[in-house]
Amino acid sequence: MPLETTSPLPQHRRHGSSAGQPLTRRDGVLKVTGRATYAADNHPDGILYAVTAVSSIARGRVTALDVEAAKAHPGVVEVLTPANRPPLAHDPDEKMPPFGFRVEVLQDDTVRYVNQPIAIVIAETLEAATEGAALLNPVYEVEPARTDLESGKRFDPEGIGIGAPARTAHGDIEAGLAAAVRVTEADYVTPPQYHNAMEPHAVVAQWDGDRVTIDMPNQTLALSCASYAAYFGIPAENVLIRSPFLGGGFGSKAILNGPQILAILAARMLNRPVKLALTRAQMYGPVGHRGRTWQKLRLGVDEEGRLTALHHQALCTTSSFDEFLEPAANASLPLYASPAILAEHEGLRLDVGTPGPMRAPGLASGSAALEVAMDEAAEACGMDPLDFRLANYAETEPVTGKPFSSKALRECYAEGAKRFGWSGRPLAPRTMRDENGFLIGWGMGTAVFHCPHFPAEARATLRADGTALMETAGADMGQGAWTALAQIAAEALGLDPDQVELHSGISSLPDGGIAGGSGHTASAGLALHNAGEDAIARLAELATNDPASPLFGAGNIGVVARSGRLHRRDDESRGESYAEILARAGRSDVVGTAKTARDPAVASAHAMYSHGAVFAEVKVDPDLGQIRVARLVGAFAAGRIINPRLVRSQYFGGMIWGASFALHEEAIADRRTGRIMNADLAEYHVPVNADVPSLDAILIPEDDPHVNPIGVKGVGEIGITGTVGAIANAVWHATGVRVRRFPVRVEDLLISREFA
Amino acid sequence: MNRFDYIRPASVPEAVEAAAVPGSTYLAAGTNLLDLMKGGTARPERVIDITRLPGLDRIEWLPDGSVRVGALVRNSDLAYDDRFARTFPAVAEALLSGASAQLRNAATIGGNLMQRTRCAYFHDLASACNRRAPGSGCDAREGENRLHAVLGWSEHCIATHPSDFCVPLVALDAVAEVEGTRGAREIPVDALHVLPGAAPEQETALAPGELIVSLKIPAEATAFAHNARYLKLRERTSFAFAVVSVAAALEMEAGAIRKARIALGGVAAKPWRAREAEASLAGAEATPEAFAKAAEIALAEARPSGDNAFKIELARRIVARALTLALEGTPEAIPALPASPFSTTPGANHAA
Ligand SMILES: Cc1cc2nc3c(=O)[nH]c(=O)nc-3n(C[C@H](O)[C@H](O)[C@H](O)COP(=O)(O)OP(=O)(O)OC[C@H]3O[C@@H](n4cnc5c(N)ncnc54)[C@H](O)[C@@H]3O)c2cc1C
Ligand code: SF4
Repeated sequence: MPLETTSPLPQHRRHGSSAGQPLTRRDGVLKVTGRATYAADNHPDGILYAVTAVSSIARGRVTALDVEAAKAHPGVVEVLTPANRPPLAHDPDEKMPPFGFRVEVLQDDTVRYVNQPIAIVIAETLEAATEGAALLNPVYEVEPARTDLESGKRFDPEGIGIGAPARTAHGDIEAGLAAAVRVTEADYVTPPQYHNAMEPHAVVAQWDGDRVTIDMPNQTLALSCASYAAYFGIPAENVLIRSPFLGGGFGSKAILNGPQILAILAARMLNRPVKLALTRAQMYGPVGHRGRTWQKLRLGVDEEGRLTALHHQALCTTSSFDEFLEPAANASLPLYASPAILAEHEGLRLDVGTPGPMRAPGLASGSAALEVAMDEAAEACGMDPLDFRLANYAETEPVTGKPFSSKALRECYAEGAKRFGWSGRPLAPRTMRDENGFLIGWGMGTAVFHCPHFPAEARATLRADGTALMETAGADMGQGAWTALAQIAAEALGLDPDQVELHSGISSLPDGGIAGGSGHTASAGLALHNAGEDAIARLAELATNDPASPLFGAGNIGVVARSGRLHRRDDESRGESYAEILARAGRSDVVGTAKTARDPAVASAHAMYSHGAVFAEVKVDPDLGQIRVARLVGAFAAGRIINPRLVRSQYFGGMIWGASFALHEEAIADRRTGRIMNADLAEYHVPVNADVPSLDAILIPEDDPHVNPIGVKGVGEIGITGTVGAIANAVWHATGVRVRRFPVRVEDLLISREFA
Repeated sequence: MNRFDYIRPASVPEAVEAAAVPGSTYLAAGTNLLDLMKGGTARPERVIDITRLPGLDRIEWLPDGSVRVGALVRNSDLAYDDRFARTFPAVAEALLSGASAQLRNAATIGGNLMQRTRCAYFHDLASACNRRAPGSGCDAREGENRLHAVLGWSEHCIATHPSDFCVPLVALDAVAEVEGTRGAREIPVDALHVLPGAAPEQETALAPGELIVSLKIPAEATAFAHNARYLKLRERTSFAFAVVSVAAALEMEAGAIRKARIALGGVAAKPWRAREAEASLAGAEATPEAFAKAAEIALAEARPSGDNAFKIELARRIVARALTLALEGTPEAIPALPASPFSTTPGANHAA
């Protein structure tokens, strides 16, 4: 793929700053040499192995388990079932704040979904535990599984996603539709998808009295400590979570789950370290997924091609016992100007594990439908899809009328279109072929993702040797957080990144906030930035109050930190190194701290989003209907870019995920039993390299003075949005066939008139 | 626990003798068998490891122009053998369209011939499956079956045979050379896999304990070297089984077709040789109409076994396309994206 040179972005290059530089990952060598220690790589002395036995039915009761057979197996130490599971201090059927999920931890004999833990076997070896679990031979009282629209139970949700309202209205939808000269209405379906992080959910738990040390991949260290503390009835500070590396999370390692809680519980009960790692197949149930959606869009458009109404309805699945619903229809809230916008959600209860946030929750599914609907509306108006979007460009946040903190979407459209060559696109479908006769189609979609900001804390220690230690309990899921955060820290300290040691990934450090919502770099980054500035301020105080320092008395004029030195703001030649200041003060270090959160006044004054535009070229075999994404070009504006190499890699990952959503990914559940029939990576398809032969991500400069003091927005999830629609629209443009079901399959094309 | 004996014979006679005991299974590279054992679909009592058997890893050209390939030759080694790939290009292309590079480097050709169906219900122990548990029923019949068989299926089983390699082998009349306690025999690959009928558990024509020692492709098959292709439609460009695939080979004479060979993959419990379609082409002009007619004949008996009617139309079109590609001539080198309809895309230079 044509990887552009990742040169620093001049517009973001602060003088003397490493931010904006395409540094490689700090942990790269450890990872490629196998020396990075993931949770399951830990083997404390005396370790026991836990394996969960999981249900093969979707609904009913477990009426018998052959615990004796399991216990009789050599090496099996204990079998936990609802009959003997030690008590928990928090009722698992009660939602655990702040995310509010219920968990299945053997509280009773009911089965609510396939792959639910129904027992956990602990043994001296993994093999013995596995065999013990197999010997349990469960007997079920089976109730019919509710697996689809017909058998599921519909309900009106109180909220969707993580605490968003189920219905958001602006203006009068019916009036808007009545005023339209054209109304485009269509239904879209998206499938269940599973996070499938490379690293399975693993845990190694060791208790020491009422203190527990937990090795596990974790996206929310501080919150998880509090949650585990609540389950185990101990103070939060007695829980230590070590999560130095995550092999991907995508949201599935942000929410507590039953198997991991049970393993920790078993370790306490047996007073020995216990390890558990889910198998790939066991990840299709208790650790979240992206639920199915059925969406309807109604777009009213006037003479000039401007929206008069945008109505987005989503019916989203959840489990029978909890509420998480994809906030899919909310994808229509931030993007296009319309006098009337209505986003509504309905829930559908199925016998499945509770869905949860999965990379670009809500927006991935919702944008897939919205961007195709926009394409259909543009088609109906006879307009170019890009012109149509520009005609409906939102200058302020459509529903609230708030100004955007920054929005370089126009530049994204322009630069993306230019790089892609969009201007030569014929309006009509089925008009382009390549030299081999394949149909060519071009499609586009707008990308958007909100910019949350989580409270975070950090500590900066400037050391006598002039280097620094920066600490915050963040999470590197593979995105390169250690590297980008160190760059932010180095900038605040006026040091080179290689002079900055970054400690993170362990809960005993200052709370680094949540690694999710594309908000980690901004949240933990701001805390590090402020902690660094605090340390520098303390250092400056030492120097400016010290008559022996060249900086003596410069307190009012101010000092600047650069290249390991402080100098007078008004005279660069007058200064001295950090080491000199500390040495003279007889100090081994100076420590700065920070606790940061978004200023509520700023937050309520502005709408904050990252934006982008994705352009796709597909080739389609005119007889066989096989589709190939030939090119993807994305242009994204996401505030200040700390590390263009890592950011581009996030965009690539998002765009590839978009291709996966559009053409490959789907969990196939048997309609009768609810069992997932492709719960492995051979049959649950994600793209291979050959499926994405050409990727290009353009970083559009954007200066955001409001989003946070470091100007950083999120880049981790936005790449999926826009891409799914762009590809589906390109398939239409190539073939003339509008497929409204994802993933687009060969038969969707073959059964069409165009392929007859 | 699935306890089993592990036996590592030193010679073919020893292997055959060891495997004569009921409950025995041969282990080659294990890329299929070990997965099945871990999942519980296969529960052998004795695992006979044949990977150290001497002499089975050779590609041997015989004086009459035919080739004998030892059962332990790795899929990659065969595909990248220069003479083999030039002589039987569709076979090499099929091999390289299968699985992933890592799997092909490990997998043996004997194991490829004998790999089991990918039917999800066969692998899911909680499902009824006549093939795995005779008489239990077939949960695929009313289940998720969009990729199941459209030819030769029965009410008892609608599974497909997943191998790519076997498809051109069947087209080219390849023969498996087999050793058993009763001696050696030859089984045409076309007769090796059997249709389910009322006994889907009977997957192959091998008698219990029989070992495939080699594969022979006859000299006549070399006549197709200049016009042979394998075409595979799959749901991602690599590391996916065929939705439908076709091996097509033509022997051309003065602009007309002298002989044609056609076999389909992914449509039945065995690689599906389309003999009547071949006959319709023998002596015919190589025209789109003739290819369309051949495709029509090849699928004449097809009927959906579930949500898979599209596979019939798809198979028709792939037959016609593969014949067209075969007529255009075997590419100089194995194309990038082997067996993909997009293999001709310029700039596509990945060996997927
Ligand atoms: C993820 C994945 C994707 C794949 N994709 C494809 C694909 O796209 N196309 C494709 O064609 N294949 C594909 N395969 C299958 C692969 O080709 C087979 O797993 C492989 O060829 C089996 O060879 P092996 O040596 O590992 O056999 P083993 O796993 O050792 O054995 C397989 C079976 O053959 C029997 N056997 C082995 N050797 C002999 C012998 N000499 N005589 C008698 N019986 C024998 C064994 O008893 C066993 O039942 C895929 C496999 C995987 C795991
Ligand atoms: S199709 Fe065959 S292999 Fe699949 S479940 Fe039915 S009997 Fe078993």
